[in-house]
Amino acid sequence: MLDDKDRVFRNLYGLNDWGLNGARARGAWDGTKAILEKGRDWVVNEMKASGQRGRGGAGFPTGLKWSFMPKTAERPHYLVVNADESEPGTCKDREIMRHDPHLLVEGCLYAGFAMGAHVAYIYVRGEFIRERERLQAAVDQAYAAKLIGKNNVHDFDFDVYVHHGAGAYICGEETALLESLEGKKGMPRLKPPFPANVGLYGCPTTVNNVETIAQAPDILRRGAAWFSAIGRPNNTGTKLFCISGHVNKPCNVEEAMGIPLRELLEKHAGDVRGGWDNLLAVIPGGSSMPLVPAGADQADTLLMDFDGCRDKKSALGTAAVIVMDKSTDIVRAMARISYFYKHESCGQCTPCREGMGWMWRVLTRMAEGRAHKREIDMLMQVTQQIEGHTICAFGDGAAWPVQGLLRHFSHEIERRIDQYAANPHPEPVRVAAE
Amino acid sequence: MAVRRLAPPELQPKSFAFTAENRAWSEKEIAKYPPGRQASAIIPLLWKAQEQCGGWLPEAAIRAVADQLGLAHIRALEVATFYTMFNLAPVGRTYVQLCGTTPCVLRGAEDLKAVCRRRIGDEQHITPDGQFSWIEVECLGACVNAPMVQINKDYYEDLTAESFEKILDEFAAGRTPTPGPQIDRQLSAPVGGPTTLKLFERT
Repeated sequence: MLDDKDRVFRNLYGLNDWGLNGARARGAWDGTKAILEKGRDWVVNEMKASGQRGRGGAGFPTGLKWSFMPKTAERPHYLVVNADESEPGTCKDREIMRHDPHLLVEGCLYAGFAMGAHVAYIYVRGEFIRERERLQAAVDQAYAAKLIGKNNVHDFDFDVYVHHGAGAYICGEETALLESLEGKKGMPRLKPPFPANVGLYGCPTTVNNVETIAQAPDILRRGAAWFSAIGRPNNTGTKLFCISGHVNKPCNVEEAMGIPLRELLEKHAGDVRGGWDNLLAVIPGGSSMPLVPAGADQADTLLMDFDGCRDKKSALGTAAVIVMDKSTDIVRAMARISYFYKHESCGQCTPCREGMGWMWRVLTRMAEGRAHKREIDMLMQVTQQIEGHTICAFGDGAAWPVQGLLRHFSHEIERRIDQYAANPHPEPVRVAAE
Repeated sequence: MAVRRLAPPELQPKSFAFTAENRAWSEKEIAKYPPGRQASAIIPLLWKAQEQCGGWLPEAAIRAVADQLGLAHIRALEVATFYTMFNLAPVGRTYVQLCGTTPCVLRGAEDLKAVCRRRIGDEQHITPDGQFSWIEVECLGACVNAPMVQINKDYYEDLTAESFEKILDEFAAGRTPTPGPQIDRQLSAPVGGPTTLKLFERT
């Protein structure tokens, strides 16, 4: 198990003071100036050497992302922090914003310095009203102590603004977030051009997740070698895991990357309800990722990091572990996830706008068994027609959970169809062309 | 995506203007963004207008915000209809947003929905005294504290049908119960106390 002294989020549960004094007692804002004096290239290289990959879902190496920003400053550069945490199962950034907000503010300063940005916008999801107030209070404290702002003690002018959304999941996609921040509907942009060249207000912009940025101060203070020694190669560092669903004690916990799923659940979440053998399936990375069923070569041996999840044809995503035990109506559970995507599609691309509702309707019928067996293959085909054919990754993220269901539980759907057909029904079974 | 339309004309007030306090607040908000980029402030301003109107956004308010930001009215209407937190029709004074996404369903959100239907009525129906209305929303981001609801600005977590009823009773009596987990638990730590961070426990 990860040692307490190696944890980044030392006030995860809000047991201590979230404010500047408490944060300083836990080590925040310590030696900040000395780190900045080492220079922009040093900061970027240290982040590269740490091997940290983005904590928002895609897992792109942070240092590399920062290095994409232009070196010259003909136009203003912007740092945008993605705090639009809405992936079902995920509730880690909320804890950072309300209990360790100074780590985020300090991380913004380093990130802004590394990319020559003097302004940071933190885009908080609209529902997090109390978290937004807390974060704003922390920003105000940092201004008052002259840690940020004009003519601050670090000799790097830096403004942090807290912005908020109003309930659109799609604004967690970086270009949709930029559109929203510009005051428009949150509809993703085509890439290229990438935000590092044409981002917020047409200027070079980097968008990072809250957890990514909040880990930066510890990485730079303790050194890349410390961070990269935790976890496995290519999957370094610590990670906040959100364990929800059918476990005895759902919780958030910070652990080393690569921890086996079984160990994670047994140590921190009081195991699966009814014991490990009662596990049906687990979604390891938030609702956009395919589920991993129970079994010796599946969930039993699942390692919780980027490569470990990929080995089981899923992905780490945001590390939101949704556990489902044998009492779960798995088809209905996945149909509800499809409804989520139907509700949240921005409507820009036809395969997504039309496909989401189509998948949800078919899955709802399948949950009752009111379907034909040939529709299972048809549904798989439709998910493949959505995947990769939309502007942003929303289409993929909605298709993958359905593919995961069909890959591992098509026998369950067939069983329901047989059961339904065995009982006489007055109305004929419809076919999917609706 | 969903089709969202403005409330019918008979519900719409004739005019809207920010109070002096909110007007001053909105000027500060606009100053966060570079000159000429005042459109960025549209979501915070519409949100403030919604608060001032008692939880919903009349057409007059949308137009007033567009005018203040120098935008065509359609730009503000687009934003107001795109983002689902803008209520385009009146809601109850105690506005319950019930999370109905899979992690909450796994922990019993359906039971909470039944409580809402019995006590308040159908979704988006306002009780005759104007006190309550409810809506099912998508993931509110408190999944390890499922099932949960948001009432006005606060999250009420780790609910059962019984504890949820008690919370609604409190609101009905004009009180505001303590937000957060409704069982013996430190926020998002496991029940029974944290398994980690022993070094940093409260001194």
